[in-house]
Amino acid sequence: MTDKQAGPLSGVRILDFTWAAAGPQGTLLAGFLGAEVLKVESVRRLDLMRRGMSTLYEGFDNSPHLNDFNFNKLGIRLDLSKPEGQKLALSLVAVCDAVVDNFRPNVLERLGVGYNAMRRVNPSIILLSAANGGSTGPESKFAGYAGIFNALGGMGYLTGYQDGPPTMLRDSVDLRVGSALAFAIVASLYHRRQTGQGQFVDMASREVVSCLVGDQILEYTMNGHNPMRQGNRDPIMAPHNVYRCKDNDSWVSIAVGTEDEWRALCRVLGRAELASDPRFADAYARKKNEAELDTLITQWTKQRTPHEATLLLQKASVAAMPSMSMDDLLADEHLQARGAYVTVQHPVLGKQTNVGVPWKLSRTPASIRRPGPLFGEHNPFVFGEILGLPKNDVERLTKAEVLS
Amino acid sequence: MSKGVFSGVRILDVCRLAAGPYCAKLLADMGAEVTKVEPPEGDPARRYGAFAGDKPGMERSALFLYCNTNKMGVTLNLRTATGRRLLHELAKQADVLVEDAPPQEETALGLDYGALRAANPKLIVTSITPFGKTGPHATWKAYPLNVYHGGGEGFLLPGEPTFSMFPDREPLKAGGFVGEYDSGIYGASATAAALYERTASDQGQHIDVSGQEVQLQLNRMSFIRLTAENTHLTRAGRGYEFGGIFKAKNGYVIVRPTEDNHFESLLQVVDDPALKDERFKARAGRLKYGPELNKILARWLAGQDKEDFYLKIGGSGCPAGYFANAEDLVKSKQLIHRNFFTEIDHPEAGRFLYPTVPYKMPASPARYDRPAPLLGQHNATVYCDRLGLSRAELVQLRQTGII
Repeated sequence: MTDKQAGPLSGVRILDFTWAAAGPQGTLLAGFLGAEVLKVESVRRLDLMRRGMSTLYEGFDNSPHLNDFNFNKLGIRLDLSKPEGQKLALSLVAVCDAVVDNFRPNVLERLGVGYNAMRRVNPSIILLSAANGGSTGPESKFAGYAGIFNALGGMGYLTGYQDGPPTMLRDSVDLRVGSALAFAIVASLYHRRQTGQGQFVDMASREVVSCLVGDQILEYTMNGHNPMRQGNRDPIMAPHNVYRCKDNDSWVSIAVGTEDEWRALCRVLGRAELASDPRFADAYARKKNEAELDTLITQWTKQRTPHEATLLLQKASVAAMPSMSMDDLLADEHLQARGAYVTVQHPVLGKQTNVGVPWKLSRTPASIRRPGPLFGEHNPFVFGEILGLPKNDVERLTKAEVLS
Repeated sequence: MSKGVFSGVRILDVCRLAAGPYCAKLLADMGAEVTKVEPPEGDPARRYGAFAGDKPGMERSALFLYCNTNKMGVTLNLRTATGRRLLHELAKQADVLVEDAPPQEETALGLDYGALRAANPKLIVTSITPFGKTGPHATWKAYPLNVYHGGGEGFLLPGEPTFSMFPDREPLKAGGFVGEYDSGIYGASATAAALYERTASDQGQHIDVSGQEVQLQLNRMSFIRLTAENTHLTRAGRGYEFGGIFKAKNGYVIVRPTEDNHFESLLQVVDDPALKDERFKARAGRLKYGPELNKILARWLAGQDKEDFYLKIGGSGCPAGYFANAEDLVKSKQLIHRNFFTEIDHPEAGRFLYPTVPYKMPASPARYDRPAPLLGQHNATVYCDRLGLSRAELVQLRQTGII
């Protein structure tokens, strides 16, 4: 039986060579779902997040970003450039269900721990590799990160004002890659449980992004047009935009999809006569006269905060939501009531407020069970308990800078 | 032939538009047998353009065709008692049901977890809604625009260079249905995990996915900057000190020569002597003189072909790319090499290319055995062959508006 608190993937063990954001988000989600994740780092290849991104952190254990991306994971130090390190990595492969990496293609092979070597020690191992373009093809060696996947994948082109350039979406794109990676991890684990078969799962980050604009690609393959940036507009719905509110840089999104919603909006605006105004009398007319409509709506929203406008509109069953800043999200009563945030005690950072798990599973809940690992925190447990190495060996390997 | 990961898993997709249907599509493309349950007037996605051949029609919507590959389709009016009874009969034979009913309507539609569980305790029910099934805003109304802006990223878009061009404009939604598909992926990963767990426990459960919380999850890096670093991010200043987006001859490119070796590679490709200036040699200099460096890059890149530039520099290790439009994606040699697109023939919309999946699983590959279903296409297969209704009953159900 599964331990109720341990999550649906309880009992699964994953060896995690990923770093930065995309890969760690994938294994973070697997860890939320209950998998035991062994995160491999070394002084020669420290996770970038230990240093931080925009703010730089001294030492190994001071970065809130490392903590945030690595809840529940056990941290080990292992130098893969040393033959003994490679041997130990394979010993870990032997006791794991899946291995995840976001190295560039062939790096694992070069280190002597490629898929074939893994299979020799564990015939049913799953290896999931996430790389910019995937492991094959003329551009497979090209470097990438979130900004590049966003551009190459087709999302940046479609995001922006109608009269402006494409938009750089950044860290969220890495996390989108991680989200698809998590699905691939769970799917390949399910396949293995059903068939006993492992496999090499070859994932391309830019393709993850292209799938997220798949319907837009179809517009080209069916009709030969290239869809363009639409700002906040919709092809049919109007109003459908983000409107300026009372305070500096404050905004509310409003969308109307039915006649009922349109009439309700007019009532909330105190302009019931607009509902029968020939300029706005039906969906076609509203779309045609969208700019005028936006001006009228802004006259109303400018006198209110996003929150006030949203409450009045939602009360009348009109779809509205503030364009929420991180401060708005943190203060949001709904998200708080749903337990969207967690407070995690970290041994160095102290109390941290973080985004919690993204799903509620009724019988086997996902959870955050421990903070991100200190650098090498779990070497004694992983090498001593899981691999069963005698204490002397662990000490010798540490001195020899294999576990370093 | 290899079978898909979820072959043998039976799923009911009782969802509309993009988020829920995409969740079920991800499972269908990996082998699950998915039956899409639509109201007799059809999923509203069917009325959403673009349409094949630019001819509007229920069977020709790009959004519907994309989100419903590999599914069978039945019609069923859940606003009738008989409709709800038939749904529960189908639920008895299913492993998973994906639904997106607003919490205030779920009982009226027979989609509340209590009723579904009573019909089939082993059923996994995945709910994907804008704000989740609980909490003070659970019953709020939201279109994809509102969900996206409720998740934190819209407020931060666009950054540079757009922000400097239009400093007074409104925050932006990401293009197309990105936010909805995000919710679909989160629904699919939790559903797959519940299926995995069920192989041992033989019990179902309820999964509650909030679109807003999915967006929040994807923006956890911006969130931690607030709580741990006290940084209140806005659209202003969201650019790079050097590098970034530039206009090329035929579109836009992005280049980020962060490290010294990246900049060395850039020098190999960019034949403008101004870039060889000593001031740019070290990273500190590039940080200090970023605007001047960018001016030189902008001048040179303005005359370049976007893809040529990317192909020339991409192999060197310097992160670079170009902003691909749909046509660029379809013509990309890399994507063609990886067979990222597959041709699917649809009886009404015709034959054209669809994107497949971004993860290649050779032992359990994605397959495209059927196009999106016609409205009610599999009514006879599902109601007669599976539930054992007679043809005469099917006719009656149709005539009374149940299916």
